Amino acid sequence: MTTSGTDLVLELREVTRVHGGGANAVHALRGVSIQVWAGELVAIMGPSGSGKSTLLTLAGGLDEPSEGAVLVEGRDLGTLSRSELAAVRRRQVGYVFQDFNLIPALTAAENVALPRELDGMSARRARREAVRALAEVDLHDLADRFPEDMSGGQQQRVAIARALIGDRRLVLADEPTGALDSTTGEAVLRLLRARCDAGAGGVLVTHEARHAAWADRVIFLRDGVIVDETGPPAQVESLLGLGAEQ
Amino acid sequence: MSIRNGLLALLEDGAMYGYQLRAEFEARTGATWPLNIGQVYTTLGRLERDGLVVPVESGDDDDGYRRYALTPAGRDEVTGWFHTPVARGAPPRDELAIKLALALTVPGVDVNDVVRTQRTSTVRTLQDYTRLKVRADESGDLAWLLVLDSLVFQAEAEIRWLDHCESRLARFADRPSPTRTGARQPAAERIPVRR
Repeated sequence: MTTSGTDLVLELREVTRVHGGGANAVHALRGVSIQVWAGELVAIMGPSGSGKSTLLTLAGGLDEPSEGAVLVEGRDLGTLSRSELAAVRRRQVGYVFQDFNLIPALTAAENVALPRELDGMSARRARREAVRALAEVDLHDLADRFPEDMSGGQQQRVAIARALIGDRRLVLADEPTGALDSTTGEAVLRLLRARCDAGAGGVLVTHEARHAAWADRVIFLRDGVIVDETGPPAQVESLLGLGAEQ
Repeated sequence: MSIRNGLLALLEDGAMYGYQLRAEFEARTGATWPLNIGQVYTTLGRLERDGLVVPVESGDDDDGYRRYALTPAGRDEVTGWFHTPVARGAPPRDELAIKLALALTVPGVDVNDVVRTQRTSTVRTLQDYTRLKVRADESGDLAWLLVLDSLVFQAEAEIRWLDHCESRLARFADRPSPTRTGARQPAAERIPVRR
């Protein structure tokens, strides 16, 4: 639940992103403001071309807004040096992609440990953390497997473990269930949901309502503008008439 | 008909009182479709008339309620029901489809607004179903989970349809106007002319 007492993990302030210029300028986003709190999963829904992927790359510091500001845990990314920005991406933001983006030559544990090693942590300590992170996504048995020997669902769990290793509290997921069947996809969302319940802030970009429904709030994006948003959760007890007697 | 077949299916487990049937039906379908006891007894009466159930002799409880059991014909009926697909038949009246169709032609109504409001509301419902699913999963209630999945997929279908309507409306708005007035032309012009 969102309360004013919890931490703001991500904030977009009046963010506009224009690609190109002059007559050919394309407004991917126009004055979009979003706040994501720790413990909250926010879904961004929209058709292709609505600006949802642009929003995610801006949130992750992979691109810069033409106007407005992006703040990750209170730090305005626009004020950071190149190396500071790289450090934020490495330490504070986790990414989950549709096609998993695991490195095929590395085992599950090595994939998960990689961001920590890049951050200067000793290989042994990074591995210890990675094994723990894999256990959290129920993959402790597969730490030494290579991606090609794992199912799509397992690979995506590795990607989620990698996205949340260390102190990272912002996880950005772009259609993370894309190629998975419906029950495996649901397991991935359940996991993402659980990681947010455990304190991370999450942004899930999807065009599928069934997936967006796992979020606390769903934001609807059309042509670079937020057109609507579902509010905080209702009391599920009041649903379906007799549901309360369950 | 679902109540009739539902009660027969429950009686496969053994003879039951009407109030037991009602409780079992609701428990096994997650209380999504509550039954009133009057419906249960009316249905049992018809099933008895049709020779599909019989009151069990000396099966009355202290309050005089009767217990009912399946007859062989009733058992065949249950088997037949599970092996026959549910007929979809004529589409049921769909308030939302009717509302959108009318929103197109009633002056002063913004169809896109109708679509957007409905979609947000249905997504909210979908979020609620998803929360119920998480709980059902924790309690291991498979029957309730399947019912919830059905509601989830139906809501999702509605949202996909609304998304589709929105993009169709956008495409339509870009077209030159002649077809736009089509909806207001006399019906005769829209039906193929017989020569």
